[in-house]
Amino acid sequence: MNILNKMSFPTIIVMALISRPPETALKMPRGFHVQVVADALGTARHLAVSKQGLIYVKLGKLKGGKGIIVLEDKKETGFGDFIGTGMYIKGDYLYASSNTEVYRYRLNDRGEVIDTAHPERIITGLLDRHEHNSKSIVLDNNGNIYVNVGAYSNACQLQDRAKGSTGINPCPILDSAAGIWQFRADKKDQTYADGVHYATGLRNVVGLDWNQSLDQLFVMQHGRDQLFQLDPDLYTAKQSAELPAETMYALKKGDNAGWPYVYYDQFQKKKILAPEYGGNGHTTGGENAIDPIDAFPGHMAPDGLLFYTGNMFPERYRNGAFIAFHGSWNRAPEKQKGYFVVFQPFKNGKPDGNWEVFADNFAGSDDISSPSEALHRPCGLAQGPDGALYVSDDVKGTIYRITYNNN
Amino acid sequence: MKRIAIGIVALLGISLISMRSRPRLAAAALQPVETPAQRGKAIYEQTCLPCHQADAGGVPGMTPPLRKSPYVQGAPVKLIGIILQGLNDGVEIDGDTYSNPMPPFGAVLNDEDIADVLSYLRGHFGNKAAPISKPQVSKIRQYYSQTIKQQS
Repeated sequence: MNILNKMSFPTIIVMALISRPPETALKMPRGFHVQVVADALGTARHLAVSKQGLIYVKLGKLKGGKGIIVLEDKKETGFGDFIGTGMYIKGDYLYASSNTEVYRYRLNDRGEVIDTAHPERIITGLLDRHEHNSKSIVLDNNGNIYVNVGAYSNACQLQDRAKGSTGINPCPILDSAAGIWQFRADKKDQTYADGVHYATGLRNVVGLDWNQSLDQLFVMQHGRDQLFQLDPDLYTAKQSAELPAETMYALKKGDNAGWPYVYYDQFQKKKILAPEYGGNGHTTGGENAIDPIDAFPGHMAPDGLLFYTGNMFPERYRNGAFIAFHGSWNRAPEKQKGYFVVFQPFKNGKPDGNWEVFADNFAGSDDISSPSEALHRPCGLAQGPDGALYVSDDVKGTIYRITYNNN
Repeated sequence: MKRIAIGIVALLGISLISMRSRPRLAAAALQPVETPAQRGKAIYEQTCLPCHQADAGGVPGMTPPLRKSPYVQGAPVKLIGIILQGLNDGVEIDGDTYSNPMPPFGAVLNDEDIADVLSYLRGHFGNKAAPISKPQVSKIRQYYSQTIKQQS
């Protein structure tokens, strides 16, 4: 707890609001403990914790007319009348996204929003065509904010998700979606024209984080769906349940990750030409596209990414990546999987060794056929000022606080 | 010559049967007595389940559930129209929204397929609504094809 003594601001650590163990006991490595900080918030998407310990949760569905919930010692309040996913704190501001806009709220020296009724709208007019419409956000250390705009499509077919429909070439979606846009964090009412098209060829990113040790943007892509349903001559149902990989990219400005023309096959370790663009499951493609830095089993839906910078957890966790997987739907008729939080160790800025399941049993069972059977699904991740890891669940709206104490 | 003719007739018969029952429903086609309900179930599992799931519970936020569904139990005209034409309106049920589009299945399923799968759905997963007949589907399909002709 040395870090707390070094802090010059008053520190309030939010204690468990609910003094009972979680409904589904999470399975974690020895020495880790979990508390339920709140539940029944509803669709708790991403969350952020202020340096004073206040927890801000963005909701995908309004609760009592509120789209942002604040959890402060024994108290739950709310503000903001818009739904969305993105929630991030940088400096003296809380940033929040709807499915088309990004707002920021000024914080006072207690970490509280000064004027909940009048946020500054910094970005407006982002595309929302239902599919993949959530806008995740993160900031760098130079006053820039990065926003994901997901593709309103699975594989850029002429007719989305229709068997036999070919891919459009070039894919017109890429001009205004399927990528990351960079904006200034302090400028009002920016539109696409004011932003920088930072990276392209990313089908849908929900989990993203700024890696402080590398000073670089990292994102998790949701790989494409339905290889078997759309091309049963090329893929078996079993292959389609595993392929393609969910991928992690370390992005630089101007990068292209290859969607929709290629997907990443974690078994062949290659970028494979999509069947909608003439692929057969083996032909490679995407010569100009970057390779992922890490790959995970298909369809597990990485919705949260966090590089751990705290001191509470053992040394091996520092600068490694926690990934909140939301859990699959597109493995059916195979069993669903991936309702867990994963840890990927890093060394010298690269994944080091195999990823491991860190916190499991959010769903309450290993035997999930349909995602609606899952009691909880991890979505967002945040780090508290003391180094605790917070996880949000968007089924019931449970907020978990994971701490380490080896005694 | 006669033998060859019988052979051709038999082959035609087999191909007609397989066309009618469709090769992708091979497992169901093996059953000697195939009721519309069995066919409807097989079509659901083959065509609808990958997105709407084994329990018809859908995918929260993405694919609407089909159990106890106002859409499934609602007006046949609208329901048949969704299967034939697809839907990309961002469905809302009980305040929950669903973002993934449904592709059209008019070219994938014939009128009997659609009648069988909709009748199956309307009698299962907590739904209680009257079955849908093949002529009902044919009528709606005809309406859409005429609308498309008029537009083009």
